[in-house]
Amino acid sequence: MNDLHHQWRKAKNWIVSGLCFACALMVLLPLGLVVFHLIRMGASSIDWAFLTQLPNRAGEPGGGMANAIVGSLILISLAAAIGIPVGVLGGIYLAEYASDRRRASIRFAADLLNGTPSIVWGIVVYALVVRPMKGASAYAGGLALALIIIPLVIRTTEEILQLVPNGHREAALALGIPKWKGIVFIVLKTARQGILSGALLACSRVAGETAPLLFTAAGNDSWSRKLSEPIASLPRQIYDFAIGPYDDWHRQAWAGALILMMVALAINVTVRILMRGSSLPSGQMTQM
Amino acid sequence: MAVAAASLTASAQLLINGAGATFPYPIYSKWFYEYSKVDPTVHFNYQSIGSGAGQRQIIEGTVDFGASDGPMSDQSLSRAPAKLLHIPTVAGADVLTYNLPGNPHLNLDGPAIAGIYLGTITKWNDPHLAALNPGLTLPDSDIEVVHRSDGSGTTYILTDYLSSVSPEWARRVGRGTSVRWPAGLGAKGNEGVTGQVRQLPSSIGYVELVYALQNKLPYADVQNAAGRSITPSLESVSAALATAKVPEDFRFSIVNAPGEGAYPISGVTWLLLYEQQRDPQKGKKMVEFLKWAMTKGESMAAPLNYAPMPSNLLQRVLEKIDKIKY
Amino acid sequence: MSAAAALSALPGRKSILAPPSKAADTAFYALTFAMAITVLALVLIVGVELFRGAQASIHSFGWRFFVGANWDPVNNDFGALPFIAGTAVSSILGTAIALPLSLATAIFLTELAPAWARQPVSTLVEMLASIPSVILGLWGIYVMVPWLHDALFPLLKRYFGFLPIFQGPIGGGYCMLSAAMIIAIMIVPIITSIAREVFRAVPDSQRDAAYALGATHWEATRLAVLNASTRGIFGAAMLGLARALGETMAVTMVIGNRPGFSASLFAPGSTLASTIANEFVEAVSDLHLSALFELGLALLLVTIVINLLARLLLGALGRKTRLGL
Repeated sequence: MNDLHHQWRKAKNWIVSGLCFACALMVLLPLGLVVFHLIRMGASSIDWAFLTQLPNRAGEPGGGMANAIVGSLILISLAAAIGIPVGVLGGIYLAEYASDRRRASIRFAADLLNGTPSIVWGIVVYALVVRPMKGASAYAGGLALALIIIPLVIRTTEEILQLVPNGHREAALALGIPKWKGIVFIVLKTARQGILSGALLACSRVAGETAPLLFTAAGNDSWSRKLSEPIASLPRQIYDFAIGPYDDWHRQAWAGALILMMVALAINVTVRILMRGSSLPSGQMTQM
Repeated sequence: MAVAAASLTASAQLLINGAGATFPYPIYSKWFYEYSKVDPTVHFNYQSIGSGAGQRQIIEGTVDFGASDGPMSDQSLSRAPAKLLHIPTVAGADVLTYNLPGNPHLNLDGPAIAGIYLGTITKWNDPHLAALNPGLTLPDSDIEVVHRSDGSGTTYILTDYLSSVSPEWARRVGRGTSVRWPAGLGAKGNEGVTGQVRQLPSSIGYVELVYALQNKLPYADVQNAAGRSITPSLESVSAALATAKVPEDFRFSIVNAPGEGAYPISGVTWLLLYEQQRDPQKGKKMVEFLKWAMTKGESMAAPLNYAPMPSNLLQRVLEKIDKIKY
Repeated sequence: MSAAAALSALPGRKSILAPPSKAADTAFYALTFAMAITVLALVLIVGVELFRGAQASIHSFGWRFFVGANWDPVNNDFGALPFIAGTAVSSILGTAIALPLSLATAIFLTELAPAWARQPVSTLVEMLASIPSVILGLWGIYVMVPWLHDALFPLLKRYFGFLPIFQGPIGGGYCMLSAAMIIAIMIVPIITSIAREVFRAVPDSQRDAAYALGATHWEATRLAVLNASTRGIFGAAMLGLARALGETMAVTMVIGNRPGFSASLFAPGSTLASTIANEFVEAVSDLHLSALFELGLALLLVTIVINLLARLLLGALGRKTRLGL
């Protein structure tokens, strides 16, 4: 009797372990399928023409996504230029200067913002920038993306700075170095890979955002000469082509999606390599 | 190299932004492309996002011109900061496209279409549909109804038509660029509806004729006011246009037109712009483009199955364009 | 030689020995402080702008807005109930689908997996999180939905068709159930990651105690870890739900976009976010646009409430870890 019960318990153990393993595989199945289909449907369409040409007239096969790719680069650069300095400096405040109460309330606010659906940012920037400026623009799109980056980078910077051993700070102060120099030249330097990783991951995140751009940057079927004009972006172009009627558009959507996915993966891999070389434990850095 | 050259020419270019109807997107797309060869110093960026958006954006001033397949209501016009002009460009047909095995040639009439979109006719082999198509065996499957999820003049034309042939539709739903659909799935833009119908067996949707043609989708003949079953085409839309009474502000409807050969679900599409242009440079280029479109451009309409404006109407339109001040 | 002299003989050291400038310290402090409070300012700005934009709608409809089932742009009458219901159903269902899978994966990663498997599987789960919504939507339209329509939905209808949720025509497959599934795919990484933290927070002494009593691996996990983690698991689920509420692009691409109610999961629907995405640019009347602002406000408030609930449930863990991603 005892032996049977014992065997049943062992069997349960194996069954559950097997189930958990199966679930883990099931969870990864969509990832595999997405990557598989991206490559299968998109790889053959990526050629020099696709990367350098503008979209053709509606219904005409061929053409490329050059303006969307460049547009995305411009938008991410704008967003990073605004968002990353604000985020990093804010994170420094949280980690180095803030009292417990202040830190808690700012962290709370940042978490609230991080949980905001990205389409809400689109609405807010529409009200603040697009309406007064009488039009969609790269500025508006870049701002919407920057507002997503700021709370993200504040938190990642704060987290990584907290991992820098206090000994570093104390040594700097002991040497008579002013607090700000200690932070900038010693603490930041130690944490630089982590901070850079956080910034890169934030950029990777906004590179794929479509919703906030829908009414801020809108789209453009050609090059945008000024930042005050509507601008094409890769996610937007993928969306427009994906829901369109032309098979050729669908083919191009897959190609564009493959490019976007490769960029996101490249950044993730870079971050991993960076963090491996860091002297700090990477912790949750890659979990975005 | 090509990229550099493109950006170089782009730097000298004036960008004029427009947005609105998806209905005429193929012809406008062609016009902007051809015009860029005529005048490389100006580039038109057109966002095909729906007539509702076109109307809103021109009122708000976030684009230089709007495009709409539904005429703006008096209420909407009163919200514009200055006088807005409706410039009719081309006319087209809203066709009912469907996805049935064997691609049969369907005959429909007003009450049938209204019934389908009201959700009162739910199966393809409904007696009313069978009566209209005596030579066909229609399947015993549910009709998957597809409509627009965005605000659109294509919707306006269809609902305008349904309101005039079905009192129940007029009462329950009405006409508009965006309505409360009693039944069906929503898809974005003419492009979305075409895509949806292509992928969804047993479905029916309404799109501009060009989209059905370009994607080799079947479309139905519709019975007109004269009782004849008409195939949507250039000729039948022109027949509808021929009988239209056009007021001074060019807001007119040509649904359910009385002519013998008129296709009943026809509609005009307009460009919307201010009589007094804000930017003199852009205004000048717009006027030049419009004059080109109303002369050379009109000849490109037919190959794409849009009906050009009849010559007497064209004359009046050109006179209206002359009134635009910059 | 004095220490100061020795130090000043080193290249580049002179500047460090100069008396520290109070001004620079204060300036830097002020700069970082200013940057940090932008976050507080942003919270205010978001709230204010949404509220202002929604004014006309709030004024016209009051509370009726949230219980009205009629979204009628023609007659300028707006009721958000279909979208609230659609958001609730798709998000809750998506979370319900994701939760068991995520928990099992988290258990696998923290308790059951051999050491060599942990990092790779963990990395792959994170990669799932990095797929942009629009790409998942593209895959959803052309791969997932056709498969669901051809394979899974008919099965569900055949064997579970007695349930009202599986009745009704299958249609094209662009429906609530498809939306729930794609949401599930998107929120699995976050639930897994939080659940892992929750499980990691259980001290090893608990597990050891179970082993000491002769428990198998699974029994130890069940007794020591899962029992102690119920609140944390709820918190993880809440976070997943909060994330699900705001998903826009992938949902819009597979949900069918029709405002309305249906008992059937095979029927198309809409959510708050998908309606905003579809109608915002095209709302002709001011009231329509204002109603959309109000939808945005509703979405934001619900998301905040769920996030707060999650923080509460996760306790100290919630304050420590980065939430709401």
